[in-house]
Amino acid sequence: MTGVFGAAYGEIFTAAVLVAIVASAIRLAVPLLLAALGETFGQRSGVLNLGVDGMMLLGAFAGYYAVLKTGNVWVGLVAAGVIGLMLGLASAVIAVTLKAEQGISGIGIYLFGLGMSDLLFQKLVGTPIPIDTFPKVNVPLLSDIPYIGDMFFQHSLVVYMAFAAIPVSMFVINHTTFGMNIRAVGEYPEAADTLGVSVARVRYATQLIGGTLAGLAGGALAISLGIFQQNLTNGAGFIAIALVYFGAWRPTGIMLGALLFGFINALVLELKTLEVIPRDLSNLAAMAPAIITILALVFVARRFRAPAALTKPFTRGK
Amino acid sequence: MSVSPIRGGTLKKTSIRMIILLAVVALVAAACGSSDDSGDGGDFRVAIVAPSASNDLAFTQSIVDAVNKLKDDGVIGEVAVTDGTFVVDDAAVAIRDYASDGYDLVIAHGSQYGGSLQEIAPDFPETSFAWGTSADTFGLSNVYSYEAASDQGGRVMGIMAAALSQSGVVGIVGPIEVGDAKLYVDGFKAGVLIQNPAADVPVNYIDSFSDVALASEAATSLIGNGADVLSGTAQMVVGAVGVAKTEGVLWFGTQANQTSLAPEIVVASQVYHWEGILEEMINNVKDGNLGGELFAITFANDGLVIEYNDGYDLPDDVKKLADDAIDLIKSGG
Repeated sequence: MTGVFGAAYGEIFTAAVLVAIVASAIRLAVPLLLAALGETFGQRSGVLNLGVDGMMLLGAFAGYYAVLKTGNVWVGLVAAGVIGLMLGLASAVIAVTLKAEQGISGIGIYLFGLGMSDLLFQKLVGTPIPIDTFPKVNVPLLSDIPYIGDMFFQHSLVVYMAFAAIPVSMFVINHTTFGMNIRAVGEYPEAADTLGVSVARVRYATQLIGGTLAGLAGGALAISLGIFQQNLTNGAGFIAIALVYFGAWRPTGIMLGALLFGFINALVLELKTLEVIPRDLSNLAAMAPAIITILALVFVARRFRAPAALTKPFTRGK
Repeated sequence: MSVSPIRGGTLKKTSIRMIILLAVVALVAAACGSSDDSGDGGDFRVAIVAPSASNDLAFTQSIVDAVNKLKDDGVIGEVAVTDGTFVVDDAAVAIRDYASDGYDLVIAHGSQYGGSLQEIAPDFPETSFAWGTSADTFGLSNVYSYEAASDQGGRVMGIMAAALSQSGVVGIVGPIEVGDAKLYVDGFKAGVLIQNPAADVPVNYIDSFSDVALASEAATSLIGNGADVLSGTAQMVVGAVGVAKTEGVLWFGTQANQTSLAPEIVVASQVYHWEGILEEMINNVKDGNLGGELFAITFANDGLVIEYNDGYDLPDDVKKLADDAIDLIKSGG
């Protein structure tokens, strides 16, 4: 049988094709990874933020606009993080101080980010204007390794930074006093409070971290693509929230989930390019990443439990 | 116990806070709609409901530009636009609102809005609706449909792409396989094969009109498999154009002039000019004919125009291939 530009199916999965799929999967995973890590901090402390996508969108616009005005991609990334930080503060005020219902307030933040990012884009920019993108950084020596180098060590710096955030997050959550406090207020805030831990302060801190990482995720996406458009994230923030459950609130699990989602997307795209997937099944194939993620989510969610105080506002003495 | 008053107070405060938050959201949402009634085109009012931004350099911009031109020409008095309604239910609300507000012509600019329009139009028999791109009026006397014969421009662009390709592989990034997107992709592929029957023309439908990141990766995949000329359709191709620019691969645009996205590599764009058929539609409405007819933009009625990038040095022989193809299409070939 033949299908790919006349090639036999057995010749389709060449090393070059597999390298391309893995490299693409890593690129697609980066925004999900950053946003999901940020959400993990919040959820481990008991705060659910459904507004991640809105924060990503405003971070994406801030990053895009800063690069457009300065020509410096790193200024753009910092701007995205700062906007994310401010939105994290807003989220903390709403969820921790005002004790609003977290699901509803999160949707409010999402809608705010969706509308405001588009409004700012229309008023300040108008027609899409391309911007500079992150330069590729070939890691010395490692990037020269056949296949491995192409897959893992010829990306932009922001890709390496995103993956470096995984061990950093693990260390903070599992091996620091701050991390212990996060876990304590997420599981049993009354006990933590009795021991002198300020639940509100810890939850404010995790919301600031989560907002910053969501902003950076949006900024990384926009600057990597070199463009901004209405609803640029296309729901990536919601996938990031699902990945927190998929990863059982652990950075390594989240990384695996983000890579799996990216890999399936990249695989489907490559198989479409190579005309392996019949056009009639294109729609079904496009759903594959979501379906597989949901199935995996169901499997994982049955084995692990969420932080006990997740979505529950804390009031001393209640 | 004094629990109830405290709870009541907390609930009240929370409710007030949520109302304030929702009010802010509503204000932002309201700011996304726009209406301009400063024209001198009498009292004829046109509303557009479209899926992406009014300046997306693609599908939505083409209809907004056309209606604004008719307003400038004095054909229309007032224009209202609700863009960014990628959620079909949101679009349906906007369509119904405009009809309720007494707009003379409500344009539902998206193939995905057909089901909604089929439900809404019978409720407003005095209002004229236009739906595109489609060739179906649902048998309703107050619905016009319109489409772009984008396969015509696609064929011309495909011929040029094949003539410029060194590798013999020309790739296409598509959204969802419907409407003018499908027509364009099919026409482009046919054009490539007319010029070079031995060429490979991989098509990657990403099954989304809005996923810029996925379109970008699709372009990367096509280039990785040897494509040295690319094309694509719908608003998400801005990502693919960026990849083509980075990799130095030529690009052919459609729906609007995409030269500004990458002047170094955009060769030409097929541009939609809906104003001709819209003016005809509006005149029909003014005469009391509210629908039941299909319109199409083509090369022959100047609804389709190939706009070349002056900054790209297109060889004369390739330009002549395009001109000959357009003449042939206009003559019915």
